[in-house]
Amino acid sequence: MRKIKELIIEKSLLSSALVTIAVTVGIILVLAIEAFLFFKEVSFFDFLTDTQWTPLFTEKHYGILPLLSGTLLTTFIAISVALPIGLSISIYLSEYAPRSFRKTIKPLLELLAAVPSVVYGFFALVVVTPYLQQFMPSLSGFNSLSAGIVMGIMIIPFVSSLSEDALFAVPKALREASYGMGATRLQTAFKVVVPAASSGIIVSIILAISRAIGETMIVAIAAGQQPRLTLDPTVPVETITAYIVQVSLGDVQHGSLEYRTIFAAGITLFVFTFLLNTVSFRIRKKYREKYE
Amino acid sequence: MNSIQKNRLKDQLFKFWGIGCTLIGLVLLVIFIGGILVDGLSRIDWAFITDLPSRKAEKSGIWTPLMGSIWILVLTAIISFPVSVAAGVYLEEYAKKNRLSALLEINISNLAGVPSIIYGLLGLEVFVRIMNLGASVLAGALTLSLLILPIIIVATREAIKAVPNSIRDASYALGASKWQTIWNQVLPASSGGILTGIILALSRAVGETAPLIVVGALAYVPFAPQGPLDQFSVLPIQIFNWISRPQAGFIENAAAAIIILLLITFIMNGIAVYFRNKWQKKLQ
Repeated sequence: MRKIKELIIEKSLLSSALVTIAVTVGIILVLAIEAFLFFKEVSFFDFLTDTQWTPLFTEKHYGILPLLSGTLLTTFIAISVALPIGLSISIYLSEYAPRSFRKTIKPLLELLAAVPSVVYGFFALVVVTPYLQQFMPSLSGFNSLSAGIVMGIMIIPFVSSLSEDALFAVPKALREASYGMGATRLQTAFKVVVPAASSGIIVSIILAISRAIGETMIVAIAAGQQPRLTLDPTVPVETITAYIVQVSLGDVQHGSLEYRTIFAAGITLFVFTFLLNTVSFRIRKKYREKYE
Repeated sequence: MNSIQKNRLKDQLFKFWGIGCTLIGLVLLVIFIGGILVDGLSRIDWAFITDLPSRKAEKSGIWTPLMGSIWILVLTAIISFPVSVAAGVYLEEYAKKNRLSALLEINISNLAGVPSIIYGLLGLEVFVRIMNLGASVLAGALTLSLLILPIIIVATREAIKAVPNSIRDASYALGASKWQTIWNQVLPASSGGILTGIILALSRAVGETAPLIVVGALAYVPFAPQGPLDQFSVLPIQIFNWISRPQAGFIENAAAAIIILLLITFIMNGIAVYFRNKWQKKLQ
């Protein structure tokens, strides 16, 4: 009797775990089916090469490049902000800071990531853009620059926290050997500890990039809704995520081609983040084996 | 200056640079939030909380989106809690090292990195269309439950991992079965950590905007939801809607609503940190 009960419990726990597989399968199926129906009407070649994205206009073009360039542009700006700051924080906290400071500041830094992204969108649009316009009068009211900068601030803890864990995991003996040779903390940090923790740092950067690519509300609020193939950070652009929001807010008939465009855009987004996540998982796995 | 002095100077300079970097994000956040308090604090009064939405900025309140957020919060908690904790228990206590558990592991890690808006597309197709729930509170809560599933599973596993093996051994030695050991010993001992993870995950769900917009939550709902199949709005969507309007009065409303949303988020984070500290002390 007891054995049967134990077995039933184990199986029901297992089925809960299998829900996670079902979610992944569900995501892939939903995106793939709707995208397949989309590509029955729009050629895949046009999707990848057309330089205009105007599914909501009378003259329709379905080129993903403008949305992709908007996404990559805001992501690039965000990473340019988050990477140097986040890495400096992680090196300072693991190599310089006193323990008590480290313990109090870490949860505070996590708070940066806990603030809802719609709030950051408000900052970007209402605070950062007007501020930057004082120095750059040509800056448009919607632009990828302030959206990217604010997104960078939001993902600082993603870079700093994971990198710091990686730096902290480097064995003490390596540091002591370096100090013994007369190196300063800075030399030890950059010539010994950072190289030893490089895989962990790379993982943190990849995850931050994946996070920035998928970020929605900041760019939907502050970067504008004009798909444009450009690298100019001062003009309005539209990201993949912002486009999905734009269509969802409108009244789009289920089953129409417009409806399917958000799944075509979604599968593009999913492929990018899936690749980045898989790469980071592989690196993390390898690196864990190295130290244990 | 010789090279030793130069290196020492560089070392000192980096120290100040590091402190500056550590503080800059927080300082900017404080400036941002300070600005929002200035903009929005004067707008908050009892009427702002209890008023229904209106076309006039000064008459608009947050009652319907606030109630929508609470509905979403409660339903998401009820749906996600049993499934994610059960999955965490399975992975930590039962799963053997085989291909299935390796697959589950890489899959959960991948799900945690899927952008939230993709969950919205999943919810739109599966819950809204196929299960025919419409743009209801239930469809929104189901979508967010899937979104926070990996977060709670990871937190549950960490919490269970922290329970010392001696507790399990003692329970087995008294003749308890595996499930009795988990139910009576492991889960109570890890409850603080699990609770922390759930509260943190729910605080993320409260701030989520994009997946709910995709699922079809509305910016304007005349009444607060009465049941799980009613239409709804949530605070972040109301904020987004007010930000998108040009009139100055709505920006003030948005700032005021942001204060309420941040208050909810920070209180939940505070409670989570409190439980974690208490639990870690108990565990030691």
